[in-house]
Amino acid sequence: MLGADFFRRWMAATAASVDREAERLTALDSPIGDADHGSNLQRGFKAVVATLEKDAPDTPGAVLTLAGRRLISTVGGASGPLYGTLLRSTGKALGDAAEVSEAQLAEALRAGVDKVMALGGAAPGDKTMIDALVPAVDALGDGFGAARAAAEQGAEATIPLQARKGRASYLGERSIGHQDPGATSSALLVAALAEAAGE
Amino acid sequence: MSDDKLVGIVLVSHSAEVAASVAELAKGLAGGATAVPLAPAGGTEGGGLGTSAELIAAAAASVDRGAGVAVLTDLGSAVLTVKALLAEGDELPEGTRLVDAPFVEGAIAAVVTAATGAGLDAVEAAAAEAYTYRKV
Repeated sequence: MLGADFFRRWMAATAASVDREAERLTALDSPIGDADHGSNLQRGFKAVVATLEKDAPDTPGAVLTLAGRRLISTVGGASGPLYGTLLRSTGKALGDAAEVSEAQLAEALRAGVDKVMALGGAAPGDKTMIDALVPAVDALGDGFGAARAAAEQGAEATIPLQARKGRASYLGERSIGHQDPGATSSALLVAALAEAAGE
Repeated sequence: MSDDKLVGIVLVSHSAEVAASVAELAKGLAGGATAVPLAPAGGTEGGGLGTSAELIAAAAASVDRGAGVAVLTDLGSAVLTVKALLAEGDELPEGTRLVDAPFVEGAIAAVVTAATGAGLDAVEAAAAEAYTYRKV
């Protein structure tokens, strides 16, 4: 079973990973975006960690709901409302249980990913974060390590795709050949989940 | 006319200057519709390009007179942030609505309509109708 501590570790591991990879995320966002993805997420997850330390929410749902709200209010780019909605909706789906099972988390994450698709209007294959998140959620039944591998493969598989959502879609065919920054940061989020689980 | 029944309008842009200038333009073209509660929410809190949920929430609160608030946005994170705030349920005043409209033309139509004392539905319809104004 996974308690609030597990979810705090997940957020802390995400913040550390985004911090390490900020330059790479921004570099990926330069040819097809506005070169702020790394710094935006760095600011957002840093604020999440600070808020979780200060408010000390004590259930898995409360940790993720608070983290999501914080991302919406601090990021300043589209990744804020998108990741914010992912975490907040996942947190809401977890309810107020003190501990949740891996299966409950998988189900809640699927609800969260559905909300992100509804918010941004993206579907699999549009070269967005969805291309890492959907395979990860699908693989979560086989464990956190499998989800991490699926997210990384999904992010890499965005390279030959043409962007159909967001600023990159204005580039049309010129978006082909670049790995999507949002799918890449989503893979970091899923990898941090495996890290929190000790996998 | 007392302004306590007028619909409020918030203009959200990635740029503080764009939001403020469109607000000024809309008021000017609306014949100095000074009674319309209108607030720009542009850029990030640090003054950079982007979207600030806190600036949007503060702007919406500042124009809320109880008749609803129409929010017009430019694109991308501005749209997504307003939608995410609306989904929160308690971040924006009751009766706040994201209006699907072109930013500049929609803002002018919304301010002109709001100045007549029209309700939120009429303000939204006027702003959305600006999409049908063809230039060629």
